[in-house]
Amino acid sequence: MNLFTEQVLNGVGNGVVYGSVALALVLIFRTTSVLNFAQGEMALFSTYISWKLTTEGLPVVGAIALSAAIAFVGGAVIERLLIRPVEEARSPLNVVIVTLGLFLGLNSLAQLVFGTDPQLMPSPFPSGEVAGIDKDTIGLIVVLLAECALLWLLLQKTRIGLKLRAVASNPESSRLHGINAGTVLMLGWALSAAIGAIAGSLVASERTGFDASLMQQILVYAFAAAALGGFDSLIGAVVSGLIIGVADALTIEYVEALDGIEVVLPLGLILVVLLVRPNGLFGKRTVERV
Amino acid sequence: MSAPVDKSDTTVEAPAAGDGAGTAPAGTPPLWPPVPARVRAVRVVIGVVLAAAALYAPYYFEPATNRLLSQALYIAIAAMGLNLLTGFNGQVSIGHGAFFGVGAFTTAILMVDHGWTFELTIPVAAALSALVGLAVGFPALRVRGLYLALITLGLAVLFPRLTMKYVDGTGGVALLRPARSQFDSLLTFLDDDQWAYGLCLVALVVLGVLARNLVHSRMGRALVAVRDQEIAATTVGVNLAATKVTTFAISAAYAGVAGSLSVMVDRLADGTNPILYFQRSIEFLVAVVIGGSATILGPVVGALLLVALRRNTEDLIEGKEVLAPALYGAALIAIVFVLPDGVVGGFRRLLARWAAAPSNQEDH
Amino acid sequence: MSLLQLSNVSGGYGPVQVLHGIDLAVEEGHVAVVLGANGAGKTTTLRAISGVIPTRGEILFDGRPINGRRPEAVARLGIAHVPQGRGTFTELTVEDNLRVGAVNRRDDQIESDLARWFEVFPRLGERRHQLAGSMSGGEQQMLALARAMMARPRLLLLDEPSLGLAPLVTRDLFAHLGELNRQEGLTVLVVEQNANLALEVGHWGYVLESGRIVVQGPAAQLHDDESVRKAYLGF
Repeated sequence: MNLFTEQVLNGVGNGVVYGSVALALVLIFRTTSVLNFAQGEMALFSTYISWKLTTEGLPVVGAIALSAAIAFVGGAVIERLLIRPVEEARSPLNVVIVTLGLFLGLNSLAQLVFGTDPQLMPSPFPSGEVAGIDKDTIGLIVVLLAECALLWLLLQKTRIGLKLRAVASNPESSRLHGINAGTVLMLGWALSAAIGAIAGSLVASERTGFDASLMQQILVYAFAAAALGGFDSLIGAVVSGLIIGVADALTIEYVEALDGIEVVLPLGLILVVLLVRPNGLFGKRTVERV
Repeated sequence: MSAPVDKSDTTVEAPAAGDGAGTAPAGTPPLWPPVPARVRAVRVVIGVVLAAAALYAPYYFEPATNRLLSQALYIAIAAMGLNLLTGFNGQVSIGHGAFFGVGAFTTAILMVDHGWTFELTIPVAAALSALVGLAVGFPALRVRGLYLALITLGLAVLFPRLTMKYVDGTGGVALLRPARSQFDSLLTFLDDDQWAYGLCLVALVVLGVLARNLVHSRMGRALVAVRDQEIAATTVGVNLAATKVTTFAISAAYAGVAGSLSVMVDRLADGTNPILYFQRSIEFLVAVVIGGSATILGPVVGALLLVALRRNTEDLIEGKEVLAPALYGAALIAIVFVLPDGVVGGFRRLLARWAAAPSNQEDH
Repeated sequence: MSLLQLSNVSGGYGPVQVLHGIDLAVEEGHVAVVLGANGAGKTTTLRAISGVIPTRGEILFDGRPINGRRPEAVARLGIAHVPQGRGTFTELTVEDNLRVGAVNRRDDQIESDLARWFEVFPRLGERRHQLAGSMSGGEQQMLALARAMMARPRLLLLDEPSLGLAPLVTRDLFAHLGELNRQEGLTVLVVEQNANLALEVGHWGYVLESGRIVVQGPAAQLHDDESVRKAYLGF
């Protein structure tokens, strides 16, 4: 195939990675209004757990599922113990600091517990290519789309989903309607942690080895994808991830002038989009109420 | 916003007219509350003690410690600038590392490629950073909170890439090391490290006083008005765009000066590390929050605390260095838990409570 | 026995106490009105009932003490509280807003209730799929009322519903309120600055000043009493 198509497919492969982490970011923002800087490292920790489980003999799919379940509980605990006390207090900046603290803590804890050597995470997908695309990539896309669909159903069609959205929109008013905001927030964190666990594990499995730096390069691009798609659109996060991935790959290949500073592209893209559509490509959050 | 429940135990005014409708976010300190004489006295005493300590320190400590202190000082300057933008004006930026970098590289390039004296590069660095801040401030008008934070994050990530591409230092990498001699002390009775410390201290004080004056001026009120209630601010004649963009430029200038000073203290401008300026941005933000936002001294205290924390967590565990960031992260979380208003905020509350205690009440 | 009874209730925000020993009762099927100037403690009274702030004293709902309970628990007992600012879920659609009102109901009449409120407030029906945040103040107030009613509450707490609304809209709102009370026997405790309209709809009135009840009596009486009106109600 020609170079262009090859690069596009390359970009899709990367983009799917960004999109998967962006999904967790958007989910937690949509349900708790928190920008979670620790998302990547939470996913990293879960990835290590998945890996550890496979070394103990569990089949890959089972390991990832169990790890996601553990992450689910872990996310709820983090919200209850670390985030909630701070959120109720003062400015949202305090919550940002806590997530930063978590970022540092989890990364270093992972290195401590699991070591600093690169590890190999087996893939649940068969190897090989279909029409030039890695089966890994296709698998990841399918998983992402399934997640989006399930989450959409959860948020839009279920009672608990309505509660999640209500609390994210107006926690005080939710309480006055008999919704236990605290429990709902825990659920939001639990879900995103689980999604993150799946994302991290699958991303790691695509590579020839992973270590504690797995998420750091990805995180910025994931944030960019979340912003581009508009922070309250799940499918937007995935699509934007793809857009950024492809744009990045094409820029690297074709735009000499930006050699080395390709990151200008996603940034520039976001800036332009936000200037025209301040809520992102797919976002529909109403801007400030007075 | 939803009806705020003010759980603070400060002697701040209760939700006034209308029991809560339309007041500033819960927990915001009142703008300029009258300071009781008792409290003022305490503050003066503390101020004098601190000033004396600050002046004596460089003679007492060895160069390595002085270097640490100087680092804390330039971080404080950048944090002060960030605080003007974020704490007082409400625009969250995670990109001040980039302005810092602009200042640093302006100085380094002028010194290495053009042989400038260090001290003369500082104003140029400030001006350039201010310009970049201006350039960012305009599009920032259109972008809100969360998205602004992310765009600025992008800047901090972009900057090292730019330096890696365009800056040619020793050995072909984006690392500039001005010669040691270019940083010689201009005063014979001060060693080089003491001179560096002194310069940083003077810069901090000057910029601190400027910041304080700014905040207490009409412009300062405009800043805060914009933060709290934009629409209301316009109704009293505040030029929204001008205020926001100017604040951006000023706060960028502070970061630029800090960056410039860092070249003297650290003897280099490093463009090879892709996450360095992101880390710097976070540092400044952390300093602002743990020190106490929307106070002048807060960022300074925060910066000192930050450097001290980092140093101590590094020293604490021999052999398990990988644990250091975890301890550091845990310490940050702990501080935010215990002192949600930051150190200065918490201190003020304590002082206010002490001053309000019946045994200490003066007859008014 | 009154549906709602406050006995010697005090409370406030940290060191700043706003309510000082409030005695208040609302009979089932009545509309009780609490009036007073800004800062008198009207909103705080409602917050005390809902459990948003800590209180001393006794609050009985249907004979059972509710002080000290969390807002979620109080709401589930059948008390619907429409706060100042209306508590709109701005990022949700109008329809979703209404569904939030019914979020704790287990019966099968939610859909029919939905249809009913769209009929009572046709403008809500027209905008059912619009984001609630894009509606005007008056529409959001109607939405808040309908949303509260979706919970089929026994007691409705309304905090300054007329705030920021045009006079005609306010009149409309109170008309609806009156109807709901007459047709459903809905018990209402409404806190208001607009004394005139509120008293016309109400059965019993209280006047709050600096956290204390200074005057109380049948609403019609308060409405007509010249001295009370001049001293406390400003008209």
